[in-house]
Parts: sequence; structure tokens; C-alpha cells
Amino acid sequence: MPELNLSAVLPELLLAVAGMLLLILGVFRGNSGTRLVLWLTVAIFAVAFVIILGSIGRNEVALGGLFVADAFGDFMKLLALIGSAVTLIMSLRFIEREDMARFEFPVLILFATLGMLLMISANDLLSLYMGLELQSLSLYVVAAFRRDHLRSSEAGLKYFVLGALSSGMLLYGMSMIYGFAGTTSFEALAGLMAQKVAAGDAPPIGLVVGLVFLSAGLAFKISAVPFHMWTPDVYEGAPTPVTAFFATAPKVAAMALIVRVMIEPFGDLLAQWQQIIWFISLASMVLGAVAAIAQTNIKRLMAYSSIGHIGYALVGLAAGTEEGVRGILLYLTIYIFMNLGTFACILCMRQKDVMVEGIDDLKGLSKTHPLMAFALAAFMFSMAGIPPLAGFFGKLYIFLAAIEAGLYYLAVLGVVASVVGAFYYLRIVKLMYFDEPAEAFDRPIGREMSLILTGSTVVVLLLIIVLGPLLDGTAMAAASLFEG
Amino acid sequence: MLEIGLGHYLTVAAILFTLGIFGIFLNRKNVIIILMSIELMLLAVNINLVAFSTHLQDLVGQIFAMFVLTVAAAEAAIGLAILVVYFRNRGSIEVEDINMMKG
Repeated sequence: MPELNLSAVLPELLLAVAGMLLLILGVFRGNSGTRLVLWLTVAIFAVAFVIILGSIGRNEVALGGLFVADAFGDFMKLLALIGSAVTLIMSLRFIEREDMARFEFPVLILFATLGMLLMISANDLLSLYMGLELQSLSLYVVAAFRRDHLRSSEAGLKYFVLGALSSGMLLYGMSMIYGFAGTTSFEALAGLMAQKVAAGDAPPIGLVVGLVFLSAGLAFKISAVPFHMWTPDVYEGAPTPVTAFFATAPKVAAMALIVRVMIEPFGDLLAQWQQIIWFISLASMVLGAVAAIAQTNIKRLMAYSSIGHIGYALVGLAAGTEEGVRGILLYLTIYIFMNLGTFACILCMRQKDVMVEGIDDLKGLSKTHPLMAFALAAFMFSMAGIPPLAGFFGKLYIFLAAIEAGLYYLAVLGVVASVVGAFYYLRIVKLMYFDEPAEAFDRPIGREMSLILTGSTVVVLLLIIVLGPLLDGTAMAAASLFEG
Repeated sequence: MLEIGLGHYLTVAAILFTLGIFGIFLNRKNVIIILMSIELMLLAVNINLVAFSTHLQDLVGQIFAMFVLTVAAAEAAIGLAILVVYFRNRGSIEVEDINMMKG
């Protein structure tokens, strides 16, 4: 029995304790302390980031086997922390302006992030469930955070009902797996599967049913087709910084979770789950490309775009190889920066102090806000996958892995979907550069916004320079998932 | 005399779980019924876990069931809170009225 090994859980402990202390601080300071609590939360994320960065490369089991800290988890945690911290910084002006500056907001984001870190590091079905629920319960509340707005509360309600349904399916799958395997620990499950495969036995049918339920529940969380129906409504209805948050950190964490569950305990059952992942990956890519064309609301468009991106990332999982996982890690790294940048632009879309969300409001942006138009065009080209921007390399390595694993159809159809999807990304560029200007957006956009926009544009444009070290890092992280 | 074994418990749990899922999708009336259906699904899972736990002579299943109970309580609290907020804005909790956004 492994011992407690609390040093491996240090970032999570820090977040948990800080969350409770900040809650107390918030209660004493009232809503006037929102700004303070928000910046303290960002600082806590930064500290956790540094701690994880300092201990990268470790491979330890903690909390009596419930928790594993490996390079794969650390890499994903860094991404999740970047996503959470940047969305918090972006949201500051928004929540102050739109009258939702309550101190619970940063604290809820903090708890959601804690849940993400825990689920990324889960090494047991029990800790997986607890981490996932901590994250989901916080997210339901932030989706409905603008409590005097009908759209926000409707988004919260829809997210809650479908999220709870997915948790139920996930749990039912877990109970079947526990019953037919007799254990909930990932290592014990992996050992059992390896034994079955070595002996040439088929896995018990109850276990495969459990695995199907489990993957359906996880597919809900990453919003892959056919479990995507909540995404457009929740993205449209939730306050914009919350949408930005949904599109980044929780996506990365849930993706890390599904990769870990499929590869670690059930890696030997590749034949059983490969078809499921193959199908949801293809369906997500196609729906993401086709359904987005008719959208007029940019947040809804981003929802379909994120469904499509999840589809591309899942191609790497369908391959089931180390190269595939490396592709996923690279893809998610790029995805998170593209999305943060795009949502920073969306958050700047204000006309006369009112937020606008229509795609048509972007018309002629190149004349009114040339720099912002340039940044948004860079993100759109990158999302469409046009070289030499970052998004191209994400897709390149994913499809390379698929071809090496022999998934030719999936790779070809994926490229076709990517070409179709390029249409709506390029339409935004066309609107910005070739149409007559609509009403200009309000200025100034704020120093932190300019900083975030510049930062993510630089990442998207110049990723090619650091591609080598990034590939090494992702390769190391992917290897840590396969050696155990 | 009929011996009640693992299979019976699993059947009951499967029926309850299916009822829960159908309750969410087929009900056209009231969101409260959806919340009840969610509870039903989680309780079906608990029956599963406890039945497996006694069958396997292994405590993990019962511990798991305890955690599920706790989370279910938290989930119900948050669900009702969101529902109250929604009712204040919309003045109705009929499922058919949740239609501000298509989808």
C-alpha cells in the first residue's frame, strides 16, 4: 500500500487551502474585495504553476494510490492553469462592468481548477469521480452566475441537467467496471486487462458495457458528438468570460481524463474502444465543420468550432499510440492559446458600452481596429490550420499519428472536414478585411486585454520557432503515460 | 423459496437507471421531475455498487456509494438553486418554456 506522499499533491493542497482562505477573506471584505480575491487567485495559480513546472518529470503515486503525478498529468495541469489564470484576468473588467463582480466568482473558478487538477491526476475511479464532480458542480454555478439574466440562468439549467445525466452514465459505467473487475484502481485494472489479453480471453461483457457507459459520460464532458447538444446553448447563454473559461481549461482537463482512462487502465482493450472513439471523433469533426457555417452569433460559432477541435484531438486518441497522445498534447497546447486569444477579441466587442455578439458586428474591423483585426485573423487562420501558423502543426502531428496507426479513412475524412471548416474561419477574415465598416468598438480595450491579445498572437504566429522543444516536452509527457 | 442474488439487484438497478434516463428525456412537464430522475439514476448506481460490494466481499463499493450519496446531495442543492434563479427570471419551470436558445 503506497503511503500518503503529500509532497506530490502540493499544488492541489495549495489550491484547496487557498480556496477556503479566499472564501473567508471574501466574506469579510464583501463584494468590494472582488478585485483583491481575483488577483490573489491568479497569484495562487501562478504559484501552483511554478511548483508543477519545478517538479516536472516526476512519476509518483500519492494518497494511497488514488493520485498519480506523472509528466503527462503535469503537462495538462500547466495548460489548465494557464487557461484558468488568463480567463480570470480577462474577466475582471467584464464582471465589474456587467454588475457581476461578486467575490464568489474567482473562488468558484479556483475550485473548478482544483477539480481539474485532481481529475487529471486521478489514478482510481473514485478519485476520478470526485475530481470531475468538484469541477462540474463549480461550473454549473459559474454558468448561471449572472443570476438576473434569463439567458445565463437558462444556460446554467441546461448545463446542470445534461451534466448530471452524464455524471449518472459515467457512474453507472464505473459501477459495472467495479463489479466485473473487482477493483477501481487504474493499476489493478490495467494488470487485469493485460492478464486477460495474455490468456487470450475476451473481457467480461459487463466490463465492456461499463466501458461504453464510461466513455459516453466522458464524451459528454468534452462535448463530442453525439453528446454535444448542450454546448452551443451553454456557450451562447453563459457570460462571455465564463464561455472563454469553458472553452479552455475544462476542455483540456476532460480531454486529459479521457486519454488517461482509455490508455492507462483500458489500453489493452484498444480493439473494444477504438471504434467508439473513431466514430465520435469523425462525427465531431464533421458536425463542427458543417453546423458552424450557418451561425450568426460568434459565441455559438466558437462552440461548434470547439466541438470540431475536440474531434481532431480525438483522432490522436483513436490511434491509441504514443505518437497519437503526443499529437493530442501539442494540439491542446495550441488550441488553448488560439481560444484565449479569440475570446479576448470577443470580450472587446462592445459598442457604446453594450456587449455585441453578432458575427456581422466584426465587419470592417481592419479599418476601425487594425491591430485587433490582425490578431483575430491570425487566430482564424491558425484554427483553419493554415501553415506556418500554430494550428497547422497541431493538425499535422495528429494526422501523422493517425496514418502511422493505419487509420487512413479517419485521416482523409478529417482533412476534408478541416477544409470545409476553413470556410467559416475565412468568412470572418473576409468580413473584417473586405466589408464596409460597421460601428466601431469601444476603446480603450484595457492594458491586460492588449497584453493577452499580443501574447497569444505571438504564440500563434511564432510557435514554429519553439516547435522543437515543445515536441520534446510533449513526447516526454506522452511517454510517461505509456511506461506505467 | 426464491433466493435473491446479485442478478436481481442488478436488474432492479438497471430498471431504475433506465427509468431515470427516460424520465429526463420523455418528461415534458416540470424541471423538478428531471431533478428527481437524476436522483433516481444516482440511487440505481448505489444499488449496483452495494450489491457488487457484498458479492465481491470488498468494501470499496460501499465507500464509493457513500461518496456518491454525498455528491448527489450537493448536486441536488445546486440544481435546486439554479432552478430557483431560473424561475425568478422566467416565472415558469415548465420544460417547454426553456427555449430562449434553440438547441
